[in-house]
Amino acid sequence: MSESFLIRGATLPSGERADILLEGGRIADVGTLADAAGATVVDADGLVALPGLVDLHTHLREPGYEQSETVLTGTRAAAAGGFTAVFAMANTFPVADTAGVVEQELSLGEAAGYATVQPIGAVTVGLKGEQLAELGAMAASRARVRVFSDDGFCVFDPLLMRRALEYVKAFDGVIAQHAQEPRLTQGAQMNEGALSGELGLAGWPAVAEESIIARDVLLAEHVGSRLHVCHVSTAGSVEVVRWAKARGIDVTAEVTPHHLLLTEELVAGYDPRYKVNPPLRRQEDVDALRAALADGTIDIVATDHAPHPVEAKECEWDAAANGMVGLESALSVVQQTMVDSGLMGWADVARVLSATPARIGRLSGHGEPVAAGSAAELTLLDPTATADFGVDRLAGRSVNSPYLGRTLPGRVVATFHRGVPTVLDGEVRASDEIAAAFARLAEGSARG
Amino acid sequence: MRTVLQQADLERALTRIAHEILEANRGADDLVLLGIPTRGVALAERLARIVSRIAGVDVPAGALDVTMYRDDLGRNPVRATHPTEVPGDGIDGRVVVLVDDVLYSGRTIRAALDALADLGRARAVRLAVLVDRGHREFPIRADYVGKNLPSSTRERINVHLAEVDGDDAVTIEGGDE
Amino acid sequence: MRHLLSTRDLSRDDAIALLDVAEDMAAVQEREVKKLPTLRGRTVVNLFFEDSTRTRISFEAAAKRLSADVINFSAKGSSVSKGESLKDTAQTLQAMGADGVVIRHPSSGAPFTLATSGWIDAGVVNAGDGTHEHPTQALLDAFTMRRRLHGAASRGRDLDGVRVVVVGDILHSRVARSNVWLLETLGAEVTLVAPPTLVPVDVSGWPAVIEYDLDRALAAGPDVVMMLRIQAERMQGAFFPNSREYARTWGLDDHRFAQLPETTMVMHPGPMNRGLEIAARAADSMQSTVREQVANGVSVRMAALYLLLSGERGETP
Ligand SMILES: [Zn+2]
Repeated sequence: MSESFLIRGATLPSGERADILLEGGRIADVGTLADAAGATVVDADGLVALPGLVDLHTHLREPGYEQSETVLTGTRAAAAGGFTAVFAMANTFPVADTAGVVEQELSLGEAAGYATVQPIGAVTVGLKGEQLAELGAMAASRARVRVFSDDGFCVFDPLLMRRALEYVKAFDGVIAQHAQEPRLTQGAQMNEGALSGELGLAGWPAVAEESIIARDVLLAEHVGSRLHVCHVSTAGSVEVVRWAKARGIDVTAEVTPHHLLLTEELVAGYDPRYKVNPPLRRQEDVDALRAALADGTIDIVATDHAPHPVEAKECEWDAAANGMVGLESALSVVQQTMVDSGLMGWADVARVLSATPARIGRLSGHGEPVAAGSAAELTLLDPTATADFGVDRLAGRSVNSPYLGRTLPGRVVATFHRGVPTVLDGEVRASDEIAAAFARLAEGSARG
Repeated sequence: MRTVLQQADLERALTRIAHEILEANRGADDLVLLGIPTRGVALAERLARIVSRIAGVDVPAGALDVTMYRDDLGRNPVRATHPTEVPGDGIDGRVVVLVDDVLYSGRTIRAALDALADLGRARAVRLAVLVDRGHREFPIRADYVGKNLPSSTRERINVHLAEVDGDDAVTIEGGDE
Repeated sequence: MRHLLSTRDLSRDDAIALLDVAEDMAAVQEREVKKLPTLRGRTVVNLFFEDSTRTRISFEAAAKRLSADVINFSAKGSSVSKGESLKDTAQTLQAMGADGVVIRHPSSGAPFTLATSGWIDAGVVNAGDGTHEHPTQALLDAFTMRRRLHGAASRGRDLDGVRVVVVGDILHSRVARSNVWLLETLGAEVTLVAPPTLVPVDVSGWPAVIEYDLDRALAAGPDVVMMLRIQAERMQGAFFPNSREYARTWGLDDHRFAQLPETTMVMHPGPMNRGLEIAARAADSMQSTVREQVANGVSVRMAALYLLLSGERGETP
C-alpha cells in the first residue's frame, strides 16, 4: 500500500462534497481533485470526513493494570472509534505524578502507533489530595503535560485546589476536576433520588457534584485561572457552568456519551455494566446535558473510557468497579443523541470531539480543520450504517460496554493517523502493518 | 359426555355406604370421617350427616389434606394446599373412614395414609369412595364403594357436588368416540 | 413462583396464596409430628454472607420440617475476593445440585444478581439484601397481623383498611421496604415515622404517608405499630444526635405505649434494643407479637420454600 491516499467524494463537516488528498503526513489538498499518481483511492461516497477525534479523558490502565487495558489495546480501541489522539488519565500504577511516569506513558504511545497519547499529570502526589505533584517537571518533560487531573478522585481540599489552579498558569496548564464531594458520596452507589430509595442503594446526590463545580469556578475566577470540569452529569451542574461562563470565568466542561444517552432506570436490574462514576442520572439531566452541549455551555464530549476486567463487573452491584468502555461507541452515541435528534450538525461534532478538546489540552497537530495544510488526522464515518452494537465492535482488552445489545447508528469506516490508516474498510489494521507504514513515511520524508 | 349418576343415585349410594359403615363398625362408636379435599370433604360431611341421622348420635367429619405427602409433586406445577381439620381430640384410638370422590391409581390414598400416621394412631382406617374406576397402581382397595365404574384411562370421570360445583352428578367423557 | 426476591412483584393473589399455605404449615407446627415429607430429596442451601443466626435458624427449621437436605454455607469472612466470590460460590452450589438457595447478603440486589446471572438454576429466596428488601420478614409480619385480626378465619383474607405505623430507620431498613410494598398490595394503610434524616430523599412514589411526629401518628390509634431496630452506627453518620434523643423522640416508651388502644399490636422484627426504640413493657406486653413473629417466621418460610421448590422446576413464573 502506498503512503498517499486520495479520498473520493467525502462529505466535509460543512456539508460540502470534496476529495481529500493525504500525502506525507499532511492533508495536501481538498477539493475536486484529479487522480494522483501512486495514491491509494478510498471511495468515500456517502461518508462524513471529520478531523481525527480527540479524547480528553481516557483511562489506558498501563502501567499497572494491564489486565484491563494497555496503551496498545487502548489506542487500538481509540482508532476503532475514530480517535487519533487520547489524553491518558493519571490513575495508573505508579500514578503519573512525576516526569518519569508521564514520559514512559508517552513512549508507550509512540510505540503503539494507533493514536497520539498525550499524558495527563496527577495534581497531587499519588492522587492522595495532600501534596502537589511535580506539576512543573511534568510540564517541562518530553511529555509536555498541560492537563492535570486527579480523576477518580476530587481535588477536595479547597486550598490545594486554589494553589493548583494558580500554579499551572506558569505553563498555560489546566486543572481537570473530577467534581465529587467525598463526604456527600461516602459509599454512594447510584444517583440519589426516588429509585435509589427503592433499590436500597446508597445515594449519590447531584449536589455533591454541583457544589464542587460552584466552588471551583469561583476559585478559578478569584485566581484568574483556567478550569476544566470533567464529566458533567446533572442539570444543576449545567446551570452552574452556564452562570460561570456568563460571568466570564475561564471554564470549560465535558460530558460523556453515556450521560447523553443512558439514565438511572438501567440500574433497576442491578447490572454492574451500568455502574459508573459519576452515576447515570435522570432523563431531565440527560435532556439538560444535550441542550448544554448544543448551545456550547458544555464544550466537549469526552469518553471517560474506563476498561475493567470481566470479574470486576460479574458480581454484585456494591462490589463492582465503576466505569464503562467508551472509545469505540462514542461517535455513534453522539450521532444518535445529538445529530440524528437534530440538535447539532457534523461541524459541531468536529468541534466538540476534535477541535475544542485539542485546544483545551493544548495539543498541536490535532483538531485541525479538514483543509489543505492540516495534519493528516482524519476519520471517515458512515452515518447511514445502523447495527446492533456487539463485542465485535470492541477493539480494546475489556468488554464492559453498556451498549452491547443496543442498536446504534454510524460506523467508523476509516481512521487516518499521521497520514496512515489505522482503520480501513471498517477493520482495525494490525500494528506491524502500521509500524511498517510509519517507517516508509519517515523514509520518504527524510529523502524528500 | 354421559351421566352415570344423577342426584338421586348419588344420594342413594351415600345412604347405602352409611348403612354399610354402621354395620361394619357395629354402631357409630369412635367413628371419624375424614374427607380428602376438595370434594372428599363435602362427601364426608354428607356421609356424617346421614350416619348421624341413622345412628342417632353425632358422628364427626373433618378434612385431611394430603398435598404435602404426594409422591408426584415434582412432576407437576405447584399444588395449592388445603387445611387439615381433625374434629374433637384427634384420631388416636378412633376408627377413621377416609372419604374421597374417585379411587383411581391409589396414590392419593397412599399419601393419605402417610398423612394420617403423622396425626396419630388410629385404631383402624377404612376407605369410602363415591366412584371406583379401577387402574390401581398400589395394593389399595376401598371398603365402601358408591359405584364401580370400569373405565379406560383415556376417559375422564367428573364428580359434581352441589357444595362445590352447584349440582350433583357423576359424568364420564372422552374415550368412547 | 420461580424465586422470591422482593415483595414488590408479588400480586395480591400470590401473596394471599402464600399466606394461606403458611396457615396450613402453621397447623402442622402445632401437632406432635412437625415434619412433612414434602421436599424429600431436595437440597436447600443457606448462603449467608452476613451474620444472622435468627434468620438462618428460621430458614433451617423451615427446610428441615419439609424434609429437605440443608447445607449451611457461611461465606462471611472467607478469603475469596469480594467480587468473585458470589459467582464462584454460585457455581459451586450449582455443581452440588442445590435446588434452592436462601441468600443473605450485605449488598442490595445480590439475590437478584444470583437469580438472573445464569450461574445457577436453583430457586432463590432473598433472606435480606443490604438496605433493599427482606420479603419473608414482611410476609411473616403480614401473616402475624392477619392471624391476630382474623384468627381461624384468616384464610383468603387481605389486610384491607388495616392502619399500620412503621417507626424507625426507614432509609436503611429492608424490612420497611418489603413491608411498604406488601402492605400496600394487601390493602393496608401505611404511615412511616422517622427522623427526616432516616427517610430516603424522595419517597413520593411510596404508597405511604410520611410523618416526623410519632405522637401524632400514635394519636390516630393505629391497628399496628411496628418498631424497627436502630443500628448503633447510625449515630456516627450524624443521622441523629444521640440515643437519648432518639429514644425520647422516636421510641415507643412506657408513656407512649400506655396511650395506645389495647387492641393495637406492637411488632418488632428483632433483635430489639430495649430501652432505645422500644420499652420493655411494650415489648413484653400482651399486645406485643414479637414471639409470634418468630414462630410464624418458620411457617411463612416453609410456605415460601414449598411454593418455590415443590413443583416441577423450570416452569415460568
Ligand atoms: Zn472521573
